Amino acid sequence: MYAQLVKSDAADDSPEARAFQARIDRGEKIEPKDWMPDGYRKTLIRQIGQHAHSEIVGQLPEGNWITRAPTLERKAILLAKVQDEAGHGLYLYCAAETLGVSRDELTEMLLDGRMKYSSIFNYPTLTWADMGAVGWLVDGAAIMNQVPLQRTSYGPYARAMVRICKEESFHQRQGFDIMMKMANGTEAQRRMAQNALDRFWYPSLMMFGPSDKDSVHSAQSMAWKIKMNTNDELRQKFVDQTVPQAEYLGLTVPDPDLRWHDETGHYEFTQPDWSEFMDVLRGNGPCNADRLAARNKAWDDGAWVREGLMAHADKKRAAKVAAE
Amino acid sequence: MTNADKAARREWPLWEVFIRGQHGLSHRHVGSLHAADAEMAMKNARDVYTRRHEGTSIWVVPSAQITASAPSDKGPMFDPADDKTYRHPTFFDIPDDVGAM
Ligand SMILES: [Fe+2]
Ligand SMILES: [Fe+2]
Ligand SMILES: [Fe+2]
Repeated sequence: MYAQLVKSDAADDSPEARAFQARIDRGEKIEPKDWMPDGYRKTLIRQIGQHAHSEIVGQLPEGNWITRAPTLERKAILLAKVQDEAGHGLYLYCAAETLGVSRDELTEMLLDGRMKYSSIFNYPTLTWADMGAVGWLVDGAAIMNQVPLQRTSYGPYARAMVRICKEESFHQRQGFDIMMKMANGTEAQRRMAQNALDRFWYPSLMMFGPSDKDSVHSAQSMAWKIKMNTNDELRQKFVDQTVPQAEYLGLTVPDPDLRWHDETGHYEFTQPDWSEFMDVLRGNGPCNADRLAARNKAWDDGAWVREGLMAHADKKRAAKVAAE
Repeated sequence: MTNADKAARREWPLWEVFIRGQHGLSHRHVGSLHAADAEMAMKNARDVYTRRHEGTSIWVVPSAQITASAPSDKGPMFDPADDKTYRHPTFFDIPDDVGAM
């Protein structure tokens, strides 16, 4: 998902760790100053950090189209959507910081590649229809994962998720609205919409990560309630929800083996190419280098602003002390 | 990272944000943010936490200024209330004949 392949540290078997697990099993929320196993803390920092980085880097593919939106209204909407994503990143960095890591440390780990962000943002947005596909599919997949995380065991993370989920459904709807317009437009527009779906379908399925039903990491994260569903469960749910929406649009999901099964009440579908996924995670996707370069440039170009504002704050504080 | 490291890096300090949702309600903690000074903390709080009419008033407080109770003090601080149920009106049986009270 926004946090893919998060490695979870093993739990220890101390009496404290057992009491901690009992609290989680009772449905209690863990708060920043409460005792927690080291593995829980480290795993959460990785997961929330990766999620935050995804929100921030996720602004880039959509930011690409702000100046080229077809109407002023679409431009204002896209701007608001991208601004929300910046907010999501900030809510999540706050939650991660309560675990004892600083914002700047997290940023540096993103910039030098020690921390990851979601594979999906390493794909390019080539046409305006991609803004529709991203909102509809990418935000749609994010919602699938984020809604259950509102019940996660770590209080600050759960509260950030509540706030984020309130804002996400606007994102998905504005995307679907673009798709409806394009799918019902001229023949060229319809082709553009189909092409966007063709390119974003499998990368969206990859967002949930490879099957983890046998993974020990996932089992530990699920026991800690920082992961609420398996990747396969969420992916299935996403396919079941999205295919009828594509039909409504009159578009074709690019999967010749897609079949509905009455007995199971689910679609059978083709898995994405997992070797492509691993390759994108390793940094070889179409836009990995661009995305990291853009983030590094923003950070470096902003250094004088960060320093200047601190100097200004120091000067004001000194003047105030002198006046007292 | 130690506080000395953070100071050396000159990271913008952390602020806690409180918002009054509607007239007549108290301010509630909504999250935190980084800012160089109070003025900027206020501007950022507006952008980060009130994009959809979430508030009618904002407080920003330097996180370092907050004194919090420790989780380990939970027992001594809050348990004494357990055996003082007479502080609640439902402790007393007043006959129905008395009327509203
Ligand atoms: Fe988001
Ligand atoms: Fe998003
Ligand atoms: Fe979103």
